[in-house]
Amino acid sequence: MSDVTRDFVTEQKLAEALPPLSSHEALVEANRCLYCYDAPCTHACPTHIDIPRFIKKIASNNLPGSARTILEANLLGATCARVCPVQELCEGACVLGADHKPIMIGRLQRYAMDYAYAQKADLFWPSAKTGMKVAIVGAGPAGLSCAGELARKGHDVTLFEKRQLGGGLSTYGIIVLREPVDVALAEVDMICRLGVELRTNVELGRDLDFSELRSNYDAIFLGGGLGATPSLGIPGEEYCLDGLEYIEQSKMDRDRLRVGRQVVVIGAGNTAIDCATIAKRMGAERVTMLYRRTEHEMTAYPHEYEFIKREGVEFRFLTQPTHVVVTNGQVTGIQCVRTELSGVDGSGRPSPRTVTGSEIIIPTDQIIKAIGQEKPYLARLLGLQTFGGFIKVDDAYETSVPGVFAGGDCIRSSGAASTVMAVEDGKLAAESIHRRLTAAPVMAGTD
Amino acid sequence: MADLSIDFAGIKSPNPFWLASAPPANSGAQVHRAFEAGWGGAVWKTIGAPVLNVSNRYGAWHYGNQKMLAINNVELISDRPLEVNLREIQDVKRLWPDRAVIVSAMVESSPEAWSEIVKRIEDTGADGIELNYGCPHGMSERGMGSAVGQVPEYCEQITSWVKHVARIPVIVKLTPNITNIVYPARAAVAAKADGLSLINTINSIVGVDLDTLEVTPSIGGKGGHGGYAGPAVKPIALNMLSTLGVDEVVSRSGLPISGMGGISTWNDAAEFLLLGATSLQVCTAVMHYGFRIVEDLCDGLSNWMDAHNFAKIADIRGKSLPRISDFKDLDLSFRAIARIDPAKCIKCDLCYVACNDSAHQCIDLIAADGSVVEPRAYDVHSNGKNEAVHGRPQPRVREEDCVGCRLCYNVCPVEHCIEMVDLPPCRPSITWDQLTKSQRVVTEDWEAMKRYREERGIHIH
Repeated sequence: MSDVTRDFVTEQKLAEALPPLSSHEALVEANRCLYCYDAPCTHACPTHIDIPRFIKKIASNNLPGSARTILEANLLGATCARVCPVQELCEGACVLGADHKPIMIGRLQRYAMDYAYAQKADLFWPSAKTGMKVAIVGAGPAGLSCAGELARKGHDVTLFEKRQLGGGLSTYGIIVLREPVDVALAEVDMICRLGVELRTNVELGRDLDFSELRSNYDAIFLGGGLGATPSLGIPGEEYCLDGLEYIEQSKMDRDRLRVGRQVVVIGAGNTAIDCATIAKRMGAERVTMLYRRTEHEMTAYPHEYEFIKREGVEFRFLTQPTHVVVTNGQVTGIQCVRTELSGVDGSGRPSPRTVTGSEIIIPTDQIIKAIGQEKPYLARLLGLQTFGGFIKVDDAYETSVPGVFAGGDCIRSSGAASTVMAVEDGKLAAESIHRRLTAAPVMAGTD
Repeated sequence: MADLSIDFAGIKSPNPFWLASAPPANSGAQVHRAFEAGWGGAVWKTIGAPVLNVSNRYGAWHYGNQKMLAINNVELISDRPLEVNLREIQDVKRLWPDRAVIVSAMVESSPEAWSEIVKRIEDTGADGIELNYGCPHGMSERGMGSAVGQVPEYCEQITSWVKHVARIPVIVKLTPNITNIVYPARAAVAAKADGLSLINTINSIVGVDLDTLEVTPSIGGKGGHGGYAGPAVKPIALNMLSTLGVDEVVSRSGLPISGMGGISTWNDAAEFLLLGATSLQVCTAVMHYGFRIVEDLCDGLSNWMDAHNFAKIADIRGKSLPRISDFKDLDLSFRAIARIDPAKCIKCDLCYVACNDSAHQCIDLIAADGSVVEPRAYDVHSNGKNEAVHGRPQPRVREEDCVGCRLCYNVCPVEHCIEMVDLPPCRPSITWDQLTKSQRVVTEDWEAMKRYREERGIHIH
């Protein structure tokens, strides 16, 4: 195979898994929507997009109106259209799901969003300036959503991002099969056009002082996400690759991503599945996922599990790695023991217990670790109260420090973390901040 | 198996389905293929005066995913030379002696012109003549088509000229573009026509192009009203058909009626027969799907007749006409209410919004604990399919307040989910007509009406 052909094949394998709907497909599907009243899809959507409304606008050929309907509820509609687990959310609640196929809500949303971005038409007009300044730390989905909403309300918003590009996991952590980098970056641009000032390569605690930030801004929102992959605590762990870094390289520096021949992925969450997908599509002969519990406990969505099985990825459940086998400085295998489930652990799931004498070695030349993320480091750094290691916030998304709000994965102490939940946090926090900034000052001595 | 054959004023046909005088019956080759497919007859596309046609002559009305709920046309009568048409009619009739071949005609309004065309049609061996008094565009501007059908005196005059010379049955085709279709029908009866047919197309403009601002379809930048036909016009056609069926003069005349206007399925066909048609003409459904549709028209009609023990078409013809009533003779004490079957309900809440915004606000949303809740009662933090599906309230009709208007029944997308349930009347039967005769003041004075309602326990909220 020539290089050109190989590149072409790789491009094909890494293209968005679902093609865009043609205008005919979109029209037929939009007309199939019943236009439910107080629709369950809207209820199920964490950002409560008025889904029947945006779909009927596709049917009536009012695409600017359709796009605006989506963005009014969710400024990151283009990302969410691609990465949302729609089977668990809007489409899972569609009234047509029981007897027919649910409406392809995600793909219709993408159709309206693709239209809006192709037109480069801004659908919102900035409000009159309030003169209030808000600092937002972290330009991931929560930060972008909060920043955009506050800018729409006329506040001066500065968005600080420690990385080179905005977008957070949408830019760095979602595999290109689900969301191309361009889509995430176009969304960041759109938020900036709403009047947000984005300052990249600026990290809180390194380049930016928290107390200075507090004195210079009227409110602060923290959307820093979570930390690195935690340690397994096994010998040879330094030879394992970090799952999120593996995905990042597949997006940002694909040519230099080395993919093993026999790849082992440790973990069975959605990130682990993404790593396995990349490895398989980029040429690994055999990809095996190791998980110390069973398929019933795995945190990956059922539809992701179905997808990865069809990719030809193998699973070894009830298997726990014990050390990395290294020969001449090269990974050659991973030693594991069998586990059995007993009791219930702190996460409410059956607890795995190793079975003595059940050691096996699985041959591998590349091991990827995808077992979740460390708790947010900002909480410790800024001295915020925490809950289970996550930043503790009240119903208004305010942390233990007055005027400092937080949202996104860094506050998600329970339930599935997802982009759309982060977007909703950002939106609701923006409403709280706006209420705080525009409330009439309380006069002393009155009641 | 039911006998589908008919005898329409002496014109025999193996089944009641005829191609209407329209584009599908434009040539010998087409009619030949239609007969091969099983059509019982064909009314040849109107022949007569010389014409020239234009492009973009068909517009259409689409709704949602359904293409061509109706078609709109500005096509004129046959633009093929008269000689060619007459020769092909003769050939087809010779090849298909058992099928009904009827020729539609339209010429200028003179006895000579009509006498000439009638004789030439008869020379082909055709079984009958249909006088086109319906075409609403183009020809009407030249004093033909609906220009005749809209004036009962013209209608009677021309029919008389034709009947004076014709030896084969003469059918008068009526236009719906008239305030009361009974008058031209009676004129045809008076002129001793042998049969009636209806409806021709309805005046319509199909739309405006929102980019060019031209009327659609654009004929070189211009457009105008055309003739509207297809599934969307069926209820109008059924009304006009039944209006003739219950008219004393027309019904006493015993003239058979060829019904048409939106017939697409055997179900439509059965409804036309039940409201008084003897033969059925079809155009738009053929223009949409081709001659092949006649197979299910016959098969479905025959199976339905078998299931209901009807042996022949005459057994069903007009059988529902006695059910046609004026409003004044309806029983005002009849009561029905809507009932939603929770087992079938998918909770789309279209019934709820229809009732709440447009009817009598008598559907409630019931939560799992039995309480009545408002729409969008959920917490903004709620998300995911489980709560959205399992926490969704069930719409339920508050029966004591339901007036039985039937709007929810009509909007429900699920078959047999909402049923209209007849209730035993709680008042003696009475019609508006009886009320007018027995207590006229109640029908003329709101105060008297108020007292009447109180006496009878009629509460309208």
